[in-house]
Amino acid sequence: MSALVAPNEVVTKALLRLVNVPGLDRPAALITLDNGFDHKKPNTFGPAGLSSLDSALTDAFAANPSFVAITGKPYVFCVGADLTAMPLITTRDQARELGRLGHRIFARLRDSAIPTFAFINGAAMGGGLELALHCHYRTLSAGASALALPEVSLGLVPGWGGTQLLPNLIGIAPAVQVIVQNPLMQNKMLKPRQAAEMGIADVLLEPADFLERSLEWAAGVVRGDITVTRPDVDRSMWDGVLAFARQALDQRLHGAAPAAYRALELLALAKDASFADGTAAEDEALADLLMSEELRSGVYAFDLVQRRAKRPVGAPAPELAREVTKVGIVGAGLMASQLALLFARRMPVPVVLTDVSQERLDKGLAAIHAEIDKAVDKGRMDAQTAARVRSQISGSVDKGAFADADFIVEAVFEDLALKKQVWAELEAIVSPEAVLATNTSSLSVTAMAADLAHPERVVGFHFFNPVAVLPLLEIVRGEKTDDATLATAFAVGKQLRKSCVLVKDAPAFVVNRLLTRFLSEIFAAVDAGTPLEVADRALDPLGLPMRPLALLHLVGAPVALHVNRTLHAAFPDRFPVSENLQRIAEAGTPVMVDDAINPEVVGLVRLDDSPQSAEEIRQRALDALAEEARLMLDEGVVAEPQDIDLCMILGAGWPFHLGGITPYLDRTGTAEKVTGRRFLPRGVASLPA
Amino acid sequence: MPRDIRDVVFVDGVRTPFGKAGGYYAHTRADDLVVRCIRELLRRNPQLPPDRVDDVAIAATTQIGDQGLTLGRTAALLAGLPHTVPGYAIDRMCAGAMTAVTTLAGGIAMGACDVAIAGGVEHMGRHPMGEGVDPNPRFLAEKLVDPSALVMGATAENLHDRFPHITKERADAYALASQQKAAKAYADGKFQPDLVPVAIRDPEAGWGLATVDEAPRDTSMEQLAALKTPFRPHGRVTAGNAAGLNDGATVCLLAAEEVARELGLPVAMRLVSYAFAGVAPEVMGLGPIPATEKALRLANLTIDDIGLIEINEAFAVQVLAFLDHFGIADDDPRVNPWGGAIALGHPLASSGVRLMIQLARQFAEHPEVRYGLTTMCIGIGMGGTVIWENPTWEGSGK
Repeated sequence: MSALVAPNEVVTKALLRLVNVPGLDRPAALITLDNGFDHKKPNTFGPAGLSSLDSALTDAFAANPSFVAITGKPYVFCVGADLTAMPLITTRDQARELGRLGHRIFARLRDSAIPTFAFINGAAMGGGLELALHCHYRTLSAGASALALPEVSLGLVPGWGGTQLLPNLIGIAPAVQVIVQNPLMQNKMLKPRQAAEMGIADVLLEPADFLERSLEWAAGVVRGDITVTRPDVDRSMWDGVLAFARQALDQRLHGAAPAAYRALELLALAKDASFADGTAAEDEALADLLMSEELRSGVYAFDLVQRRAKRPVGAPAPELAREVTKVGIVGAGLMASQLALLFARRMPVPVVLTDVSQERLDKGLAAIHAEIDKAVDKGRMDAQTAARVRSQISGSVDKGAFADADFIVEAVFEDLALKKQVWAELEAIVSPEAVLATNTSSLSVTAMAADLAHPERVVGFHFFNPVAVLPLLEIVRGEKTDDATLATAFAVGKQLRKSCVLVKDAPAFVVNRLLTRFLSEIFAAVDAGTPLEVADRALDPLGLPMRPLALLHLVGAPVALHVNRTLHAAFPDRFPVSENLQRIAEAGTPVMVDDAINPEVVGLVRLDDSPQSAEEIRQRALDALAEEARLMLDEGVVAEPQDIDLCMILGAGWPFHLGGITPYLDRTGTAEKVTGRRFLPRGVASLPA
Repeated sequence: MPRDIRDVVFVDGVRTPFGKAGGYYAHTRADDLVVRCIRELLRRNPQLPPDRVDDVAIAATTQIGDQGLTLGRTAALLAGLPHTVPGYAIDRMCAGAMTAVTTLAGGIAMGACDVAIAGGVEHMGRHPMGEGVDPNPRFLAEKLVDPSALVMGATAENLHDRFPHITKERADAYALASQQKAAKAYADGKFQPDLVPVAIRDPEAGWGLATVDEAPRDTSMEQLAALKTPFRPHGRVTAGNAAGLNDGATVCLLAAEEVARELGLPVAMRLVSYAFAGVAPEVMGLGPIPATEKALRLANLTIDDIGLIEINEAFAVQVLAFLDHFGIADDDPRVNPWGGAIALGHPLASSGVRLMIQLARQFAEHPEVRYGLTTMCIGIGMGGTVIWENPTWEGSGK
């Protein structure tokens, strides 16, 4: 107990008030969780917060109330354990103590002879939702914004009773969805209606008078006017559901992240184990996982995504940004259409596309309108937004339509001469301050700007495909790019709700450079004689979101080859151009068919006679990544290893349990072996020394 | 286009418990008080399809911040009424909610709408009297009004000057009776059915629930006599014989009688007549007298026809002036039988509907009474009166 102190804890206080509720003889004990800040700093539980809850419960029960209820501050119930205190846990005993502390206090609600209620008024995640699960009854606001048990995404399990209570409340299949599957799907949250239908809450109430109605409902339950019925939990499918879930996990993670597997084990235990045994197992799991490298990397990655992504390192002062009142997009192809839709959706300004032919333009606009219709049909866009977006997007074969645009993005073919020509033509039309942003994935922004009268307004603005989904935007500063241009690019990126990372103008920037380096190693192994399938599976133990050939399929072999050639030109030693990759790209056949390697592609590949083992390939690939990441930092492509990790998480979907990539390269010793030093000091994204 | 005037009925009304300024609603928004009432009103009357509400008029005296932004419309949206339901804000100071009722009633009578929600709110803690006012300098320069006209307590002292027989002792005795009648009505459960509990947040103490009025107090003639007279040295008006500074909201449901019958809505009161009248602003407390005379005249009734009177107690002296004028005793059981604003509180623009809610409950208990009236004085020298008929009236009495 004494070991658990977090000196900088923002304490969520449990404020007890005895409340007279009409229709009851004795007052109810209403406990409000409130850390004293507004909803932007949600309630969390650290040691002092738990202790406050403990004493509020003591006082509440001592008052012999008609019932005990817990609710939150406006918009927030409680979002779980305080992650900022995680680095302070340095021993397994401390870790286990934290689990036990939560269990002991929460259990008071479950064991109470007085009826207990959770009034889930707002966001309830992790330990917050587990607290609610310990109560005898739950009301839920239809306005609650975030409901989830996201622990597995970080590398933990819902270890304050969640794995034992949830499946026994709502059944094993939905519990697996909430505890294991949703966290691994970009941390998908439950909508209140969905949570209520699952049975997580007993009643869903409208937000306008949520607390009043919750108190009234609770009084009805206590008086016996309202009977709460819950469906019986089906235990016959328990083992089958878990076996199926494990299979799905294996296909995805190949055993890479221990937390999801531990969660499945605990869910298996929940079928028959007593609550005491189940929670004791949770304590052990928490202790193991809190002291795991994967969790430490996960917390680090979470912090990158939550904080660093919102305050880009090295970005100029936001007030330098110029106002953008009209956006131009050069091109009307697939990429240009996607960009037009994104800009029009997120920014309330006209978006004009141009292309050389009316036919191509019409086709592009038609594609955009079809995309909007589809979004409306699927309920992803409301009718008013659709009408606005349609009204904002127009097309013109005359580049004169760009004359009053202040931000122009080009998405034409990846050819330096072509791009230079586009900018030169535009410079004659647009104002000298209009920002010219290139979506190039590998060409030099500096070279593209070289012959312009105003090269200082050219900036790289590199999206990732699919543009609407991947949150990363690499913003590239060319040699002459000025601060106002850069600030404008960051401001636009923020409006587009992208996470922006500042990168130097270096070949292929960050994500494509690392992915290409790693693909090169895979193809080098193939060229040497390793069968495609073996090479493709070599990195399975990392639990990456897709295997190399699936990635190649998604990007398109010709695009990958183009980036490869650019990098080869810059760094011929490290980026050889694989003959097999060239054959695949030139053949133009899809790399994958129905999620399997296309047999035609297998037939194209010619193997030399020195096959490598999966183990060898993996080590080479990791060594290559470590070398390349270190070189990028030395060259100043980005400021810090954190930026590399953020890019790989947001631009390539690399997993939290690797911390992006540098924490993994550190903890496996690869970084020290290859480069002589770690990327990050011990304790930053790893267990303390 | 010839048309019939339709009968307008008061279907149902609810209110929040009234708080003391700076009391339990200190951290609660004024518009939320209104929203809470509207939702409860709709919930109590499930026969009413929400899209049948044709208009929402909500009054507030200080239409700033959480009492601004066209309160009737915004409160309707916040309460979850369909966006097809329009709304507006209304202001006639203390008679705001009463004016919301009469204005909508006029619309219902002439057929512009069938069903409407009227109410008022005043959060005097968040919006003290006189917040942001900018009186035209001509008022004083040209002596259009007496300098005391804008200070309500001073206008009450002016009434005492004018009616020396209304002594401080008489005012205190009336105030004590109001407290005692309200306490008894609470004990008898008269108010509780129409009070809407309100969740109240306090950043230091957490969430609570307001279920009863905060203002009523246990007092005595001795305690009342000891209170200060803030509006004049050795004056007569005290915090004890006047309504306090309060926070609260009220709403009611009005309908054309034929529509109420069609929808199966209850009919609690039938509108007979209404009138507003002006008096010299420095004696604004006289307002109910000419307003009542006019309303009686329009209804072709006399004060003797009125079996129940709900008069707002902004100040005891103003009630006593009214009673004296009509020759009614201070303790006449027809007058404020459950006490009044001196005990319960007077969140300015909300009070008119509180009077109606109470009159409606009393009608139900008194089938021998045919007519009742609600009346109140209004700042800057006005009074308002609404005469109602008891639909449960039996037989031939008055």
